[in-house]
Amino acid sequence: MTRRYHLGSTEIVYLALAGILLVAGVLVAVRGGNLFAQQNVSYMLTQTSLLGFVAIGQTLVVLCRSLDLSVGYVVALCSLVGATTMAGDPSRVWLGVVAALAVAAGVGLVNGLVISGLRVNPFIATLGTGLIIKGFLDTRFKGPEGEVPFGFQTFGYTRIGPVPVSTVVMLLVAAAVFVLLTRTRPGYHMFAVGGNLDVARLSGVRTGRVLVLAHVLCSLCAGVAGLLIAARFGTGNALVYSYGLDLDSIAAVVLGGTLLFGGRGSVVGTVGGVAILAVLDTAFNVLDVNPFFKDVLRGVIIIAAVALYARRQLDPASRRARFTTGGGDAA
Amino acid sequence: MRSIRVLLASAAAGTLLLLTACVTETPTEQPPGAEPSVAEETPDDSGAESEWFVQADYDRELAQRDVAPEGPADEPWLQAIEPEYVDTADLASEGGDKTLCFSNASVSNPWRVTGWITMQQQVEVLQEEGVIGEFRVSDAADDDNKQISDIQAFVEAGDCDAIIISPSTTATLTPAVEAACESGTPVIVFDRGVNTDCMVTFIHPIGGYAYGAVGAEFLVENLDPGSTVLALRILPGVDVLEHRWAAADKVFSESEIEVVGVEFTGGDGAKIKDLVTQYLQRGEVDGIWMDAGDGAVAAVEAFEDAGQPYPVFVGEDEMSFLRKWDETGMTAIGNVYSNFQWRTPILAAQMIWAGEEVPSEWVLPQEPVAEEDLAEFLDANADMPSLHYAKFGGEDLPGYPEAWTDR
Amino acid sequence: MTLTAETSRTARPWRERLLSGGSWTVLALLVLILAVIVVINPSFAEPMSLMAFAKKTAPLVVLAVGQYFVIVSGEFDLSVGSLVGAQVVIAARLMDGDEALTWPVLGLMLVFGLLVGLVNGLVTTLLRVPSFITTLGMMLVLFGAIRLWTGGAPTGALSESFRVLGRKGFPDVPGQFQVPYALLVALVVVGLAVVLMRRPFGRSLVAAGDNAVAVAYSGASVWWLRTRAFLLSSFLATVAAVLIGGFAGVTAQVGQGLEFMAITAVVLGGVALGGGRGTVIAAMVGALTLEALFTLFNQLALPSTVRPAVQGVILIAAVAYAARRRRT
Repeated sequence: MTRRYHLGSTEIVYLALAGILLVAGVLVAVRGGNLFAQQNVSYMLTQTSLLGFVAIGQTLVVLCRSLDLSVGYVVALCSLVGATTMAGDPSRVWLGVVAALAVAAGVGLVNGLVISGLRVNPFIATLGTGLIIKGFLDTRFKGPEGEVPFGFQTFGYTRIGPVPVSTVVMLLVAAAVFVLLTRTRPGYHMFAVGGNLDVARLSGVRTGRVLVLAHVLCSLCAGVAGLLIAARFGTGNALVYSYGLDLDSIAAVVLGGTLLFGGRGSVVGTVGGVAILAVLDTAFNVLDVNPFFKDVLRGVIIIAAVALYARRQLDPASRRARFTTGGGDAA
Repeated sequence: MRSIRVLLASAAAGTLLLLTACVTETPTEQPPGAEPSVAEETPDDSGAESEWFVQADYDRELAQRDVAPEGPADEPWLQAIEPEYVDTADLASEGGDKTLCFSNASVSNPWRVTGWITMQQQVEVLQEEGVIGEFRVSDAADDDNKQISDIQAFVEAGDCDAIIISPSTTATLTPAVEAACESGTPVIVFDRGVNTDCMVTFIHPIGGYAYGAVGAEFLVENLDPGSTVLALRILPGVDVLEHRWAAADKVFSESEIEVVGVEFTGGDGAKIKDLVTQYLQRGEVDGIWMDAGDGAVAAVEAFEDAGQPYPVFVGEDEMSFLRKWDETGMTAIGNVYSNFQWRTPILAAQMIWAGEEVPSEWVLPQEPVAEEDLAEFLDANADMPSLHYAKFGGEDLPGYPEAWTDR
Repeated sequence: MTLTAETSRTARPWRERLLSGGSWTVLALLVLILAVIVVINPSFAEPMSLMAFAKKTAPLVVLAVGQYFVIVSGEFDLSVGSLVGAQVVIAARLMDGDEALTWPVLGLMLVFGLLVGLVNGLVTTLLRVPSFITTLGMMLVLFGAIRLWTGGAPTGALSESFRVLGRKGFPDVPGQFQVPYALLVALVVVGLAVVLMRRPFGRSLVAAGDNAVAVAYSGASVWWLRTRAFLLSSFLATVAAVLIGGFAGVTAQVGQGLEFMAITAVVLGGVALGGGRGTVIAAMVGALTLEALFTLFNQLALPSTVRPAVQGVILIAAVAYAARRRRT
């Protein structure tokens, strides 16, 4: 439970990442390719940014022993809000960004209030808000809509060397969240709420506020992901919700060593978890793996990787905390 | 305690309402000159007014059905309707063993699976002839964002001699396809389109309006005025599918047919059967219109299990439906979104490398399976699995029939 | 109906028991929805319509009961949707319409289902992978493996005798009143589940979800309890696959999204995610309510695209209302 422990599990994540990179690199080399060629590195990094934003946000709510299944819908909604507000006019870019993030924050606020105030289980609460957004999207938008001015499309396409700007922004967001979690009071409180809600409450943490904050930040991250989608598509698209970002982001968070039942984890690990999934994607692509076999491998590798560190992570003393009663979500 | 919660609940509900209202308003804030967004708030609006409906495209596609295509009659995948040829002499290149790159949207439904097998078989033929060396494929699993990366990776690798793209969504892939065109590599787009004409050729069957109208017209002809029709759709928000419904809705709205319901089924048989059963409990259904044939058999079975007479049915050229149609002898039509189009891009690449001219917009014929053709298609595909498409156009390829029967 | 009979770990007065869980709310919701449907369309109350409703609801009830065992023990099973799809496709491909193969293939499906449950259970309990991740991984593996095996789209056909359970009823005259076999299957499943939850296994399972450490101290092996829950869930997913495959035959999309439906049904019934609370009957009522809601949307002729939004609002409202009752 000490901070050394967090570093420990994050290290395992990056060791696993290095191992997967090594194996994938060798496999590609055997087939006469180069996994580290410019186009493959760019591919890998580009794949990290979208899921990265969503997973960073998801880390915050998972730390609080909540989860967010509405992220995919928020991404889709924000891509449309951003693109339709910008409407192809370069002077409206900021308006579009602000509108998209405001909507995202609003959804997060609703999620947070429903979970902490109405005591609805986060699974149902966020599934519910997700369905509400889906209904709105399906009714209002019958396909891609809105137009992103060329200037803003650079967010999706510009690169510094092999590194896409979106990846840099994602890492900056990760750094900000890292500071939040390790240097600020709300950050400490998130660990406390996830660790044991009752203890946190009794020690004077305003648990409701912490949960709401985590959900607002999570949705904001998804909102940024929506803007990235808009920049890459040049328009907004509702069908983004079918990309499976909800489950993928939770998988990335757990792959990154964050405990699904709250209280322990790190955003650095999450970035590692996202990178693992991106490396797999890239390697499968370069190796021309059958698309169905990809799913099988992804499933096996996710389970295997989590099994690898689950054994080291769960010391007997902490197991007790998995399903204590009385938590907001166990109500 | 209770009052706090009530307060919170109403606050949450209020925020939700505000939020919805807020978002709905956004598009109306567009400045004049921006693309007018037709704010259709009622989803049961007539197709003729929906934002997907473009009268000119509708008229063109309906007219194209009656145009005799140019090209060999026994190879419909090489035929073209009203082609305007472009010169590809400057794209011609010497030698064989070309690297052909293909960015596929997905193989997530039986139609795409069938076409994908046909395409691979065609590639094998050209590989044996020495035309194609490597066939490099990226599958985006219906994820536009991934497909953009896939296309970028092809462009950056720089060694593709041609790039074939089957876009997953029309509008969203436009920037990536434009970037691919700028690289100088010949780009071939097929199936769904993109909002640019920078590619060498865009290959597609006549289109969604024609598809939707064919079925609706069939129902109008074969049903008495005042009859009821249930429309079963896969998903909202996919342009090709929206076109099909927009056209059908227009045809229905100009007829005496009453559309009793429009339902989204996800192509899931259980959901289809349940929905049809519910409609049958409430009243008669005389006709079924589907925007794609997945699960058509389940809809037919719903009538059987309810002890009702068979409806007039618009299905697709999927074998399970054709067999059911034959078995029941109902009045039906097998709509076709020509699956053989998956061969054409490969052959187009070969033509481009050879400097032969290709149509800039290569419109393939799209002819439904009518009752008089049914026996022929059943016979020709007797060994094919149930989710195979009759007009797959691979009968003359060396892998036939094992490649399609033993997957 | 004794709604919360098998939760009675401590003997509380029945009124308090009825009001204590979310089950009461969901039962009221179910009655309300059914009443509205009947008001809109009185023919829904006719025996034939009710039987059709029962037939189509049976698979979800069976799945919800399976999911209940897992959830009450404190875990998740996200793999059931993929498992249903996999089982239907396996059956279609292996029997290819051949009546003689129906029983052998059913036996094989049973073995396969139990194997999946065993892997889910052992990976979760012995390798200590959170069940959310284990079953998410299993969902991906099954989804991919089955398509890899069939080349992307299902092949073959289900035999007529395989389809009897999901499609036919007694007496077997189309268009006439019949009691669907699917209803009988669901009733048997629910009945056995109720009995099982009253036995020591059931009590320990709920206790394991409530406080695993206490159960471990009392000498029970928690890992075997939970593994059995996963085995039951996969077994019942196999039963549901037989019903769904029988009902509608084989399509490429069969089973998709059923895991979320099943979990939603269970939670709607007032069973707590995280374990330790809730009843089999409540899970069943949750499943009925969810399906009744879809029927209501259809009867109201609510536009298809708006339905998810209304479903979301009702889900949140129902669970919030139940939470309010429980706390005050």
